[in-house]
Amino acid sequence: MIQSIDYFAIAPPLVLALVAGLVLLLDAFLKPGPKVTTALGLITLAGVLVAGAFLIAQALRGETLATFCVPGDLAASGPAGRPCSFVVDPFTLIFAGLVLAAAVVVVLLSMTELSGGRIPVGEWYFLLLCTLVGAVTLPASRDLIMLVVALELVSLPVFALTALRRYDGRSSEAAVKLFLVSIVSTAVMLFGVSLLYGMSGTVYLTQLAVALGGGEGQAAMAGGGGAAALGGGGGSAVLGGGAQAIAVSGGQALAAGGSQAIAANGGQVLAASGSQGLAAGGSQAIAVDGAGLLAGVPGVEVSPSVVAVGVVLVVAGFAFKIAAVPFHAWAADVYQGAPIPVAALLSVISKASGFAGLMLVLLVALGGQVGLWAPMVAIIAALTMTVGNLLAMRQRSAVRLLAWSSVAQSGYILAPLAVQRPEAVQAAIAYLVIYAAMNLGAFAVVMMVSRHVERNELDDYRGLAYRSPAAALTLAFSLICLAGLPPGLAGLFAKIVVFREIVQGGLGWLALVMAVNTVIGLYYYVVWTARLFTPAAEAVPGRGARAGAGADPGGTLPGGDRGSAKSESEPGRVGTAGNEGEPGRGGTAGSEGEPGRARASGRLPGEDGAVEVRVAGGLPRDGGTVAVWVAAGLALVVAVLFSVAPQLVLDAVTLGAFR
Amino acid sequence: MSWLPVALVAVPLLGALALLSPATSRRGLLRVYGLVVTGATLVLAVILAVSFDYANAATPQFVIDREWAPGLALHFHLGVDGISLPLVVLTALLTFLCFLYLCWGDARQPGQLLRPEPGRPRALIFTLLVLEVGMIGTFLALDLLLFFVFFEIVLIPMYFVIAVWGGADRRAAALKFILYTLLGSVVLLLGLLLIWAQAGTLDMVALAQAQGGGMARGIQVLAFVAVGVGFAVKTPMWPLHTWLPDAHTEAPTVGSVLLAGVLLKMGTYGIARIAIPILPEGAAAVAPWLGALGVVGIIYGALACLAQRDLKRLIAYSSIGHMGFVLLGLATLTPAGMNAALFANIAHGLITGLLFFVAGGIKSRYGTADMTQLGGGMLAVLPHLGAVLSFACFASLGLPGLAGFWGEMLALFSAFEPAAGLPRPLFVAFMVIGGLGALLTAAYFLVMLSRVTHGLPGRRSEAALVGGGAGHGPVAVAAGGAVGTGEVTASADPSGAVAGSVDYSGEVAGSADYSGVVAGPAGTPLPVAPAVRHEEFPDERPIDSVEHSWEEDRSEWGYSDDWLEGESAEEAPEPDEPAVPAMPDLRPYELVAWTPLIVLTILFGLWPKLLFSVTTPAVQALLGVGS
Repeated sequence: MIQSIDYFAIAPPLVLALVAGLVLLLDAFLKPGPKVTTALGLITLAGVLVAGAFLIAQALRGETLATFCVPGDLAASGPAGRPCSFVVDPFTLIFAGLVLAAAVVVVLLSMTELSGGRIPVGEWYFLLLCTLVGAVTLPASRDLIMLVVALELVSLPVFALTALRRYDGRSSEAAVKLFLVSIVSTAVMLFGVSLLYGMSGTVYLTQLAVALGGGEGQAAMAGGGGAAALGGGGGSAVLGGGAQAIAVSGGQALAAGGSQAIAANGGQVLAASGSQGLAAGGSQAIAVDGAGLLAGVPGVEVSPSVVAVGVVLVVAGFAFKIAAVPFHAWAADVYQGAPIPVAALLSVISKASGFAGLMLVLLVALGGQVGLWAPMVAIIAALTMTVGNLLAMRQRSAVRLLAWSSVAQSGYILAPLAVQRPEAVQAAIAYLVIYAAMNLGAFAVVMMVSRHVERNELDDYRGLAYRSPAAALTLAFSLICLAGLPPGLAGLFAKIVVFREIVQGGLGWLALVMAVNTVIGLYYYVVWTARLFTPAAEAVPGRGARAGAGADPGGTLPGGDRGSAKSESEPGRVGTAGNEGEPGRGGTAGSEGEPGRARASGRLPGEDGAVEVRVAGGLPRDGGTVAVWVAAGLALVVAVLFSVAPQLVLDAVTLGAFR
Repeated sequence: MSWLPVALVAVPLLGALALLSPATSRRGLLRVYGLVVTGATLVLAVILAVSFDYANAATPQFVIDREWAPGLALHFHLGVDGISLPLVVLTALLTFLCFLYLCWGDARQPGQLLRPEPGRPRALIFTLLVLEVGMIGTFLALDLLLFFVFFEIVLIPMYFVIAVWGGADRRAAALKFILYTLLGSVVLLLGLLLIWAQAGTLDMVALAQAQGGGMARGIQVLAFVAVGVGFAVKTPMWPLHTWLPDAHTEAPTVGSVLLAGVLLKMGTYGIARIAIPILPEGAAAVAPWLGALGVVGIIYGALACLAQRDLKRLIAYSSIGHMGFVLLGLATLTPAGMNAALFANIAHGLITGLLFFVAGGIKSRYGTADMTQLGGGMLAVLPHLGAVLSFACFASLGLPGLAGFWGEMLALFSAFEPAAGLPRPLFVAFMVIGGLGALLTAAYFLVMLSRVTHGLPGRRSEAALVGGGAGHGPVAVAAGGAVGTGEVTASADPSGAVAGSVDYSGEVAGSADYSGVVAGPAGTPLPVAPAVRHEEFPDERPIDSVEHSWEEDRSEWGYSDDWLEGESAEEAPEPDEPAVPAMPDLRPYELVAWTPLIVLTILFGLWPKLLFSVTTPAVQALLGVGS
């Protein structure tokens, strides 16, 4: 048996994998230096872009590609009915596109991070690309094995990436934490997967759905018009593309592509491509390609309780990946310990992969168990957003705050999944896409600031608007988007989409919880935003030099008759006032044009007679900084675009709905 | 003509966006820039009012309807009818007047744009323009979601107006404002989505015409409560009002004016435009509660006003009372009541806007808005300012012949005969209690006037300034002089103003005797400087009257600029009074900004039909009553 591989279908991950190897080779043979560092970064970027180009080509071709299918002689032939491991459909395209777009930003951030020279370059890009291979493969995976492998491919390199900043205790701690949490979650998930496999005898998601069926009547619909599904009497009917499926009395019917499937009395039918299937009395029928009826596979005994355990374990495994409560505790430490590009990767790419896997498993494979997992997801969502927001409120470190806020945002993304409507998935994906843009914007600016401050605390952002208006505006816009308030319309629309699904799905309590959480979230976002525009007034001893953050030295103040009644080292204020001239005063408090208005710096008279007050004229722009500016700009442009035209996201997401 | 509403929103928006380019940073240019943009908006609003077809005031005009996000069923759907037209014009007018106030003359006077502290004129103009976009858009929107978007736009700019340009306790007040109102907004959003889920459309016109058709009574009540809570926070309705006094007290003058003049109207407008017409059965069920809470607000606002010592706080509480009348009028569900509410809305916008302008002027002159510290005799010291204050107070207490009278009188009157289906005895009781509230309103305004404008000048309480003001007396260190060592007799409490910020206290902690160091320009010890700033608990300060002549104070205040006040330079809104011996009376920029408000107050007072003729047909259409 030889599988024919559709290389066009797997081109995006293939390109990324090849580039990963190339980067590793080049790094081994080229002499390390700043030029090589930049070159490797650009090669990685090019690889991501080429993979993206293939993705666009696939999207333009507009048809569902499938490869790694069960060969025709082992299963009924025909593309739609045949179980395949790798499927490129709109769902795949959206998630892969999201991952690659985010990857562009992450690579740009990496270029800045690596210009510091403390991190081995080749390894970094190799590992990054490996993660991307996994993240692009994952949404295309349609069997459990492939899913787990892809998910591990996303996770494993991240441990190493986290620890790559050598001789950094915090980094290593974060890596170990992430590693432990991740393998535990993998083990849990694998156990769940094994239970599901044991119950159903198949690893293919579509077949799982058929095999596990549903305890109650289910009708799921997706795809083109003219479809009709009818589930009754404990039957479940799944269909897509103009098909009809009728299931009664514990029967399961899955119809696709203009086919009809009727199942009754515990029968299972899978009909595809214009075929008709009819099964009754515990038999299974798979009909494909216009064939009439194919029966004879013996029915599988499904124990609902074992399936329930399997479902819970699988959900728990994914909950680790997306840092949902109660599996959230690792988030802040890991985000803070990891280099910021890795934190961005974790919060967007890794999270998107986790959600893609969760959606695939829950909706494609376990659609029949929706009654089991939907309440669970609702509770997890409510807990996740609440705990994430409450923890974020208490943070003083920028990255930790973003870590908890992205936990909270996970809750918002999860919430619509709890609504038992197929359209709700679109809301979750839409939120995820918009979240990615705004979160990356925030991370890009945090990255910029982190280059000049040691601890990267919220107080370090005071007066950023005066030192670097562009950075401050980008961060402010991203944060307000995350808070979901105009002018950050993207975030507002994302929240409205989610709220709409919840309200229409009748989960009033979840809507209320989310409403309260929106307010809690606003608190820390707005406090941070306000800091950007507050002059860095107080010069805490020992911080003065840092507050200056490099840039043009403003001049040395005379010791003066009053000892040191010198000006604030208030970069913002002096920065703005700088336009007004008064060069002679060189950054003293009088620069606002009011001589004699010196305000005390709080240093005692006589103590350090002359203190150099450095005025921050903006964040310095050395070579490595260009990349991070580009990254921030990209994220900002996308966020603004989504604000003005939310329809872009909604359209894309509608196309990517499940079938 | 459908470009008019778009232009009304687009002009301030583009004006704000243009400010983002670095080319606009020249200060002189800024002054003119803000005036031009808001002036253009006002002109557009006037054109709108002139070309409005008053014969068809019930139907939305200048309608533009474009799809924005079909996936959200969101339409860019703007239009004007008799209810929104006055509010649009009021918004454009008040914003323009705020800019007149900010920019007239050299714009360096207290409270003006280019004054040195807290500075940042470009950011202020930007913020106010974005605010204007949100305010005007809210009144123009005819799509529920679009309405919500505009409704939310105002939050962030108003937050910054308070948090950056506000008074001493501005951060907490701003945060309270935004969190409180956002909580209301989110509940409002849930209500709107519920309406959408049930009715299947977001078109406000269609929804109003359907008169709640297609929605079960239970759903309507639920949606009305959700939507009502959202608007009630904004209005604010007792007991959801607690953000208002703080926000008003700390906001800068223009912030207070816009907050009271326009933002509060967004709540009542929402109730009149969305909640009542779209959910009539819900309204009928909840109206008695609405009326009851409105009446409680009237009485509560009046009683709270009687207990206030801070002028701005008093006006803020009076707003709660006035909004109580508006709510009572709305709760009757009759055309007369709605008309009264809409009239009272406009009147309150004009009068309270004026009151806040005057209070801001007083605060900038005296350095405080605390009535005991203001002393009395303003009519003698500052005759014109005192006269304007008296006028605004009389208008606000509902003197017949001024705009404040009609709305409240008619609101009470309409409560005498509420809509069919509402319990009449209850509403009659509301009317009686509301009438008592009107009396109390008069009482507190007269008390306030007697304390501030009447009496002998110079009897200013220096309470708390010296002995009692532990913690409030910032210690002065004059710049440029040698350090003198005068002992301050007041034991400055480190937890007070000086140590207002933790960081700062860390800085000064090094000098244990910081409280004793006072520097004069010549090294001579100064007399103990009175604190003109009042801290967070103005009402809890002991009052001991210490005679002090006013000129003497001024001369002392002259040094106030140089006091070692920590962040005070940002915290005190107008600390930069030049050390002049006399306070100026009405300044030109104040006169320019206030005159239109005075004129309109008189105009609407004498000729209320002007406004009623516009709103009546629209109200009748909204309530489904044949005209």
